[in-house]
Amino acid sequence: MSDRVLAAENLDLFLSTSFSIEDISLELHKEEIVSIVGANGSGKSTLLRLLTRLIAPDRGHVYLEGKRINEMSPKAIAQKLTMLPQTHNHYLDLTVNDLVKYGRNPFKKWFEGFKAEDQEIIDFAISATNLENIKHRSLPSLSGGERQRAWIAMSLAQMPDILLLDEPTTYLDISHQLEVMELIKKLNRENGITIVMVLHDLNQAARYSHRLIAMKDGKIVQQGTPKKMFNQDFFKEIFGIDVSIYYDEDIPFFIPRYIGAAMTEMAWT
Amino acid sequence: MQIKDKVVQIQSDPRNKKRWLVAVIAFCLVITAVVLGLITGAVNISVTDVWNALFGNEETLHRQIVYELRLPRVLTGLLVGACLASAGALLQGIMRNPLADPGIIGVSSGAGFVAVIFMILFPAQLKFLPLGAFLGALVAALVVFGLANIGSGGSPYRIILSGIAVNALLGAGTTGIMILNSDSVQAVLPWLAGGLSGRSWPHFYTILPYASIGLILSVFAIKPANLLLLGDEVAKLLGHDVEKSRFLLIVLAAFLAGAAVSVAGLVGFVGLVVPHIIRMLVGNDYRYLLPISALGGGFLVVFADILARSWFDPIELPVGILLAFVGAPFFLYLLHTGGIKSE
Repeated sequence: MSDRVLAAENLDLFLSTSFSIEDISLELHKEEIVSIVGANGSGKSTLLRLLTRLIAPDRGHVYLEGKRINEMSPKAIAQKLTMLPQTHNHYLDLTVNDLVKYGRNPFKKWFEGFKAEDQEIIDFAISATNLENIKHRSLPSLSGGERQRAWIAMSLAQMPDILLLDEPTTYLDISHQLEVMELIKKLNRENGITIVMVLHDLNQAARYSHRLIAMKDGKIVQQGTPKKMFNQDFFKEIFGIDVSIYYDEDIPFFIPRYIGAAMTEMAWT
Repeated sequence: MQIKDKVVQIQSDPRNKKRWLVAVIAFCLVITAVVLGLITGAVNISVTDVWNALFGNEETLHRQIVYELRLPRVLTGLLVGACLASAGALLQGIMRNPLADPGIIGVSSGAGFVAVIFMILFPAQLKFLPLGAFLGALVAALVVFGLANIGSGGSPYRIILSGIAVNALLGAGTTGIMILNSDSVQAVLPWLAGGLSGRSWPHFYTILPYASIGLILSVFAIKPANLLLLGDEVAKLLGHDVEKSRFLLIVLAAFLAGAAVSVAGLVGFVGLVVPHIIRMLVGNDYRYLLPISALGGGFLVVFADILARSWFDPIELPVGILLAFVGAPFFLYLLHTGGIKSE
């Protein structure tokens, strides 16, 4: 398929006897928003790292626009794809502007300076994330939401076709969560960026994603549109909980009822 | 009625003014220390006389003292301090550990071990001493870094602990060699204490090429060192070859530490104290941290040397001992205040 921008074929990764990635294949299409969901330790973050070649798989391949990612140069990859990791160095005392400038690194030779074009892109990244008024403030002086937006702005300065985000809303309060999710949606719509994210909040995943991929024990167990996926069996299988499903206009959401039999059994073994 | 939001737009990083101020002050301190270093000593010589001694044509006693004794010692001290502080600043960034100092993590003792071997076993090959010291420093740095990263990543404590182990091993090796060659130890002892006593033009010309190369290469280290600060994953996602640049930065830090050790012996704590204080003043950004640390290191070593040779006149303390008196409490203070938080 021509709009297949990122794909994985038969990825295996053995990390320990209790944790491994097994035979994962997936395809991501242009301008799609996909959320990877699953319980803690199901391999979601590891999958993101495999897709961004931060970890090399033991077997299988990742393809970026049809090319094997392990045969591409780091800078060539960084010009097309980047990720927002979950945690950052909290002692960085850069200003927002300085941080965003690093996003141009993949396009720069060792000692190449900034051109007018780079400055335009940096300005775009800062205005798209609504950080103009605080671009000369240092990261530690910002709120969690502002800081997250600053990191997203840095990723944007890479002008990526694909942006992966590892739990972009964790540690944020609800209004900052919405702020980040709306920003991601806007970047997808207005700039055509393909989004892949790991999300813990399934209601947010359903609201903002075209497609969900559910993982369990290092394997992909289900995938499809939120509407197709949101049913009681799905929640029982993936999280071991019983839920009620409701609809807000056309978007499904769930409310947990109680921990299902599957989970109580697990707790006692 | 509507109250208009007053948006105060700051036009640039507000810290830049302070950073430049710190740089200017550091530069002035260096000049002051150099001048003080030339005028103070067993014989105090006035600034005018120093000027005449340096730029006049007469062969006076003052010219002898200033030109042959004090000037080379001061210049050597500047380079030693600049190298040690730069090496410390780089190591702290590479290992993401504020306690990484060439003396603490075994880099200096690696250099010292090879230097002692050279001085005792191959006294005829002394011109290769800095090169040997560099290789010793490099091996020690790689061993410490490797040990600390086995298993679950390098925590600050693991780096310090492997540094202690490497330090102990190399210290034992150095002592062993000295005992086995006790007849030629006299030449090594003053060097081992760490200091600038008796350092003259030959020492200056020994360190000059190595220090110049190292300090010039530091300019190229600024960008990769800053990228590493973002974290390994982020740097990789920005297309940066993290492993390669970390290795090259370790090589550079070892080169700088080796250069310093080969002329001044084991001078500790400069690489710890200076980058720390500068970091508190200007922040982590290596564009400011590295050059200002180099200035600060030069100042500290020259200034401490002035105290070391004039305080207990006529007895001269090795500057390394004086620095340890200041540095060790500072190190304990950092441990105590949790200055060793890593990421």
